[in-house]
Amino acid sequence: MTINEIQEEIVEEFSVFDDWMDKYSYLIEIGNDLDGFQEENRLDNNLIEGCQSKVWLHAELTDGKIFYTADSDAIIVKGIVALLVKVMSGRTPDEILESELTFVEKIGLKEHLSPTRSNGLVAMIKQIRLYALAFKAKQA
Amino acid sequence: MSIDIQKIRKDFPILDQTVYGKPLAYFDNAATAHKPLQVINAIDEVYTKYNSNIHRGVHHLSNVCTQAFEDARIKVQHFLNAPNAHEVIFTRGTTEAINLIASSFGETFLNKGDEIIVSQLEHHSNIVPWQLLEKRKGIVLKVIPINDAGELMLDALEELMSDKTKLISVAHISNALGTINPIKTIIDKAHARNIPVMIDGAQAVQHVKVDVQALDCDFYVFSGHKIYGPTGIGALYGKEKWLNQMEPYQGGGEMIQTVSFEGTTFNELPFKFEAGTPDYSGAVGLAAAIDYVNEIGLENIAAYEHELHDYALEKLAAIPNMRFFGTAKEKASVISFMVGNIHPFDMGTLLDKMGIAVRTGHHCAQPLMQRYNIPGTVRASFAVYNTKEEIDRLIEGVIKVSQLFG
Ligand SMILES: Cc1ncc(COP(=O)(O)O)c(C=O)c1O
Repeated sequence: MTINEIQEEIVEEFSVFDDWMDKYSYLIEIGNDLDGFQEENRLDNNLIEGCQSKVWLHAELTDGKIFYTADSDAIIVKGIVALLVKVMSGRTPDEILESELTFVEKIGLKEHLSPTRSNGLVAMIKQIRLYALAFKAKQA
Repeated sequence: MSIDIQKIRKDFPILDQTVYGKPLAYFDNAATAHKPLQVINAIDEVYTKYNSNIHRGVHHLSNVCTQAFEDARIKVQHFLNAPNAHEVIFTRGTTEAINLIASSFGETFLNKGDEIIVSQLEHHSNIVPWQLLEKRKGIVLKVIPINDAGELMLDALEELMSDKTKLISVAHISNALGTINPIKTIIDKAHARNIPVMIDGAQAVQHVKVDVQALDCDFYVFSGHKIYGPTGIGALYGKEKWLNQMEPYQGGGEMIQTVSFEGTTFNELPFKFEAGTPDYSGAVGLAAAIDYVNEIGLENIAAYEHELHDYALEKLAAIPNMRFFGTAKEKASVISFMVGNIHPFDMGTLLDKMGIAVRTGHHCAQPLMQRYNIPGTVRASFAVYNTKEEIDRLIEGVIKVSQLFG
């Protein structure tokens, strides 16, 4: 599946919720289910410190694809982190650099990407792209 | 006298709105309080009736504006029961006032190795200016610890004070925990050793009557915006004997007597510390806020807020896994809590969806959060316009979120 196909799938999944409570319950569930972040990667240089919550992001290049693992101390943030990882992980640097993230807005969680929220998500997305740039440069 | 809350709420137009389709319940008053029409109108009047730069004009409007500004100073003087109006310096707020003291008092009185004492529950505004002095001047910052309830451990203060201590600077009331500190005791202990004391009153003036002469504090500072006044204005009270000796803070207009390239002489108090065109409309707004508070009566406000606090505390305490931070015997109307390990950001985000505004996070008091080893808390702080119905919604919201996290 392409990045856009996965984004569409997520939008589809979320479209069944017309109540914010249900949507957030689902997000919390996704957040709780996110695993795969290795404790050895819980390092200061993987830490994106928002004022409100923390996000850890680790990236590895294998066979030309970047694999991201991430974590957050706040579950709602972690839910969104899980979705971002699902969309972005296992892609080539070019795919990531050319992608446009549209799903967060479409599922009505855009407010969490506002810089004023200071939850680490905006910086995380920036960091995902920076890794892609760096790995691309390394490959060239 | 009991107060008429419905009448008071009408004074605050901002309260009458919905957030995500729910009526707004605003419990972030310790961060900033809303402004009554009396304050909004007073500021409006400055600009529609007599705006003019102050102290410099011979013309009518300038005189009216200067008078309003100086009347505001006298209002603050009486509000704090300061002996003299010229001991009241207008600043942008608490933060600037503390920076002024750190800078000017520091420049004049502090040398390498000298010590300043603060406490573990301070707002960053009463930590970082002193840390800058540590760097600049080589002074040493000492910290009064707190117990689990969030009370200052005064025995430790005795041990921290030494011949090197040049100033003690503590909050009157903790913004994160609500603890009312025994500042009179601290001041007396300090004065017994000739150590001056600065009090950060940012969380206090809106809740308790402050009398700087009875306290005998050397400095007392607060922000206008937390006492129903405008943002960008605050005040510093300082004893004349200190202010006169202290170096100016910033240079510019108003603060000078004569300027020449051979040398400049400084104006007298309070102007020496008010460089540039001051925020006179803010000062007028602050004066209106003080009038507003005085009209209702600080004791009445405090009594009502206590009632709200106790009501909320009792109901919150009944929620499973409730953890309170700050359980001091003497406490203002601030409740800091977590439910189990639910992250404050998660709690705050979901309460927001229900139209309930609380503060979450470290409350600019990270050393305090480190003391409790938590990422932050959820803080509900009450003001005179809050109601029990709003608190019921808060409780309902907290229960709902707790259940969501199972
Ligand atoms: C105890 C305390 N000190 C200082 C400040 C800083 O006040 P301001 O941001 O108005 O300068 C605050 C505000 O949150 C406070 O609560």
